[in-house]
Amino acid sequence: MATTDNEVKELIKREYEHGFVTEIESDTFEPGLNEDVIRRLSEIKQEPEFMLEWRLKAYRRWLDMEEPEWAHVDFPKVDYNDISYYSAPKKKEDMPQSLDEVDPELLRTYEKLGIPLHERAKLAGVAVDAVFDSVSVATTFKEPLEKAGVIFCPISEAVHKHPELIKKYLGSVVPAGDNYFAALNSAVFSDGSFVYIPKGVRCPMELSTYFRINAANTGQFERTLIVAEEGSYVSYLEGCTAPMRDENQLHAAVVEIVVLDDAQVKYSTVQNWYPGDEHGKGGIYNFVTKRAACIGKNSKVSWTQVETGSAITWKYPSCVLRGENSVGEFYSVALTHNHQQADTGTKMIHLGKNTRSTIISKGISAGRSSNAYRGLVKFGPAADGARNFTQCDSLLIGDRCGAHTFPYIESKNKSAIVEHEATTSKVSDEQMFLCRQRGIDPEQAVSMIVNGFCKEVFKELPMEFAVEAGKLLEVSLEGSVG
Amino acid sequence: MLSIKNLHASVEDKAILKGINLDIKPGEVHAIMGPNGSGKSTLSQVLAGNEAFEVTSGEVTLNGENLLDLAIEERAREGVFLAFQYPVEIPGVSNLQFLRTAVNAMRKHRGEEEMNAAEFMKQAKEVSKQVDLDPSFLKRGVNEDFSGGEKKRNEIMQALLLQPKLAILDETDSGLDIDALQVVSNGVNALRAEDRAILMVTHYQRLLNHIVPDYVHVLAGGRIVKSGGRELALELEERGYGWLGINDEDTSN
Repeated sequence: MATTDNEVKELIKREYEHGFVTEIESDTFEPGLNEDVIRRLSEIKQEPEFMLEWRLKAYRRWLDMEEPEWAHVDFPKVDYNDISYYSAPKKKEDMPQSLDEVDPELLRTYEKLGIPLHERAKLAGVAVDAVFDSVSVATTFKEPLEKAGVIFCPISEAVHKHPELIKKYLGSVVPAGDNYFAALNSAVFSDGSFVYIPKGVRCPMELSTYFRINAANTGQFERTLIVAEEGSYVSYLEGCTAPMRDENQLHAAVVEIVVLDDAQVKYSTVQNWYPGDEHGKGGIYNFVTKRAACIGKNSKVSWTQVETGSAITWKYPSCVLRGENSVGEFYSVALTHNHQQADTGTKMIHLGKNTRSTIISKGISAGRSSNAYRGLVKFGPAADGARNFTQCDSLLIGDRCGAHTFPYIESKNKSAIVEHEATTSKVSDEQMFLCRQRGIDPEQAVSMIVNGFCKEVFKELPMEFAVEAGKLLEVSLEGSVG
Repeated sequence: MLSIKNLHASVEDKAILKGINLDIKPGEVHAIMGPNGSGKSTLSQVLAGNEAFEVTSGEVTLNGENLLDLAIEERAREGVFLAFQYPVEIPGVSNLQFLRTAVNAMRKHRGEEEMNAAEFMKQAKEVSKQVDLDPSFLKRGVNEDFSGGEKKRNEIMQALLLQPKLAILDETDSGLDIDALQVVSNGVNALRAEDRAILMVTHYQRLLNHIVPDYVHVLAGGRIVKSGGRELALELEERGYGWLGINDEDTSN
């Protein structure tokens, strides 16, 4: 469009706003991975024997596995011995008991990111677990949650305080040997959040975990486990950012959700890891396994994700619909710009009777980026009356980007019904002309058109995060007009 | 107010406008008529700054300011408004949001405070009544599933909201039944003001029964071949374009 070269350059120069580095003393492992590293990690966390064994078993599985190459992404091989597997800010005691004990430098970091950890602050009504590099540094609203019987704590704490729940559920949805990155995570995961909602309890507030990678040459391997007992409900949100660094950094997380009879879990993600610069240098490799098991009857899981960050995203939040009448939903906005690559989608595995799933995927590609939707809808032999609806829409901005759709459908049940709709469109010159003729800046016009395209997904996000997601798209699209 | 001097423009190296000269004073309504392919729509697109067209020579000023140096949105903020012949859809973006963004972009340019949602809603509802549109349509996507008539009314409503200095109406009457034509015309007449110029591009005389112009110009082969008052339009209706030596190949629409 008509924006002059200078304007475009100016816009591109505006930088990733979460790209700062916190100057804080850390205990960081030397790069490299072997059994001793895992033992040391487990020792620092004073883990019970069963955890160490679990990790070592996963590590041995990992050694025998091959890195997957089927995704529609292209990047140099990761040297797993070049990564440090643990980095934690130094602190007086092992675990801060209250916010007063948290290093003020860390509190400032989260303030700067717009995630105030002080409970009276603006996110009032949302409990936050803040994970900094490899450890959880603070969890807010512990008391009111405890009163409701809800457990919301760092997973490292849950290993000590609730070993029976950890033993029962950890790895029950994503087994250690599930895939290459899940195995790696199982061996070296350092922290993450644990959520337990007891029978019949509606969690009194939104829960959220905020992940921050700070240290250089460090991988973040967080592990989140959510268990929703019969008839319970929880809405959970995660947010992610990282400093700007020239080197790529690895983030390989695992999220497991267990949903019992009549329970509902709503899981929302706003992923804004550093995407690399406009030449494709640096950025996070985001290789994540997320899966929910709808074990119970009438259980329901909704995944909503807004993915704007990371150099490479490899992520398929999935639902295993085992319980009768269980429901799985996947709402996704994935935006790629500059040299970003995304291969993302979902898997809906229908095993039980009358299970239903909905997939709404919105992919937006700008710059020289590549954006792929990959989805599997599978019906087992017992999935009588199951049905799926899939809608995949791609929006292209400019003519140097790519959008791809890889839908897979497997059915072993004749009564299953699948509907699939897909569209590809462009931000058209006519739309831009109309907006600009009404006095609207080209950048604002693109952002408005893209927001409109994503509306169906944004309406699934909790209110305050929908606003944040809209703004995030705006920032991520800067420099896309030119 | 608007001064066009010897304007030449082309699309994909094909010359369309071949020396347009036109002056419009504040408060005046000018109608541009002409057969298909005469360059009527091109003239309105070029004035608004559509980048698909290249201005090869000539001059266009609005209140002394060179319009051709300005980007599309800058022209709009200086008061140029184009009511589109075929308004495009923007799915998922509500009319309300679109209009408010536009109004606030203009206000910002003038150094005024932005309007909040409630204030704007009130104003938008009032204006929508002027073109007989139910306020519920404000919540619908921009031009999404609008009928032809609704799209045209929506364009006029935007002009009423944005209060431009120069309103260019590109075939605003096309595709309208007689009732809708009346509604749209009422809207345009409400737009008439002492400090505003209106340039209407139309194929048919019938619009001019509802919106009476001060001047009528006949465009053919990229040039204005005849100018006159209101009576010129009536003469065209009676005698067609032939007596002007113009071959009106296609009058089917």
